[in-house]
Amino acid sequence: MSFKRTTSTAGRVLRQLRHDPRTMALILFMPTVLMILLKFVFENQTAAFTNIAPVLLGLFPFILMMVVTSIATLRERTAGTLERLMTMPMSKIDFIGGYAVAFAILAIAQGTLVGSVTLGFLGLTVAGGAFKLLIVAGSSGLLGMSLGLFFSAFAQSEFQAVQFMPAFAFPQLLTCGLLVPRDQMAKGLQWFSDIMPLTYIVDGMKQVTLYSTWTHDLIRDLTIVAVCTLGALVLGAATLRRSHK
Amino acid sequence: MAMPTAIATKHLTVTLETQRVLQGVSLKIAEGQVTGLLGPSGAGKTTFLRTLVGLQRPTTGEVEVLGYQAGSKELRSKIGYVTQAPSVYPDLTVTENLNYFASIVGTNQAQVARVLDDVRLAKQVSQLVKSLSGGQRARVSLAVALLGQPELLILDEPTVGLDPVLRQELWDQFHDLAKSGVTLVVSSHVMDEAKRCDALVLVRDGKLLATGTPTALMAETGTLDMESAFLRLVEHHS
Repeated sequence: MSFKRTTSTAGRVLRQLRHDPRTMALILFMPTVLMILLKFVFENQTAAFTNIAPVLLGLFPFILMMVVTSIATLRERTAGTLERLMTMPMSKIDFIGGYAVAFAILAIAQGTLVGSVTLGFLGLTVAGGAFKLLIVAGSSGLLGMSLGLFFSAFAQSEFQAVQFMPAFAFPQLLTCGLLVPRDQMAKGLQWFSDIMPLTYIVDGMKQVTLYSTWTHDLIRDLTIVAVCTLGALVLGAATLRRSHK
Repeated sequence: MAMPTAIATKHLTVTLETQRVLQGVSLKIAEGQVTGLLGPSGAGKTTFLRTLVGLQRPTTGEVEVLGYQAGSKELRSKIGYVTQAPSVYPDLTVTENLNYFASIVGTNQAQVARVLDDVRLAKQVSQLVKSLSGGQRARVSLAVALLGQPELLILDEPTVGLDPVLRQELWDQFHDLAKSGVTLVVSSHVMDEAKRCDALVLVRDGKLLATGTPTALMAETGTLDMESAFLRLVEHHS
């Protein structure tokens, strides 16, 4: 593992995005625009907005980062540049680490922007305060990023990669407690949502909305999300192959 | 020939999804020469080159490269590999591409400037790779392979689609590199390029047809050009 190779890979990924201002703008501003739209949808229903906005604030970064990251790494796999790097003195961890650092920076920038706008201009108030909200939103982006890296290994084309998003994210969205409280779902579905990481993002956001302190549940949620993020990165590195049989 | 061996394969077989792409190839490639790997498309040239770089594991048989087993970690800083389709980032400029790969192989700015000059791209440095012509893109890819000053340079059809002047320049450059001690393996499906090589490896249908210098192969087969020599060899084998 080499710090220099990791950072230069991260720099290279960000430089590629800089040459693609439209993608950069979508990553940075889309969640914010969606939140503004949500505010208008719930124009006269402040209570409803206060309920749903934090949860969506947790979901948007996850979904967006997952799609963007999986396409970016898939492109590298299909363009032959990954293979070229694997013939060079570069470790798999450097490669995955570089992507992780680059997209983590974007996830944090995105989360900060959408969080500040929602709290500052759209009038959302949460008991836990801005800092905790940003931590959960940022963790959600990081989780999406690492799962995107991992899942891109199973896609052979961009068509497959974009469909992995609904295939993997929607079952989690349906069971994470957003539509129906988890304790009202069938036992099987509860078990399913217990092992899905997105559940803990949504629960974390609910904790931040309701309580002003670092609750036991919030810390548990963030720990589980962090473990899943790291786990997916390690699995992602394991899917990179230096040679074919 | 008393030249030291850079590459040696023994009974190399590669089977990809039940298809035998290489069938028992045993050969030696000498150090410090330009060796041409010639054969029609589908002969297994790319697969052979990929086993040398370590990207393709042999199904059976042995591949030794610069004294190491192919795919060894030690080889990663000694081999430069240029794939048929340019493996560079289209959405970065020429300089950004070179700088990135330079940081991976651990070389400096002076070397980046040198290789860009070598492949005659000094004027295009700040252009995005996707805005370059096919030939220019191929040269960016070649420049990346030259960055680490490799002992062995493996080039998969490097001159396809290049204009004759540039092709001549590249071949001159290959020979300059060989003179400085670099071993080059260059694949091509154009028999015409055979005469530019110091040694030849002829392949067809995953099998080795013959090895030798262009003149020796033509003398052996009693022909005056490589195309006819190749045909003669195919007749002999069937």
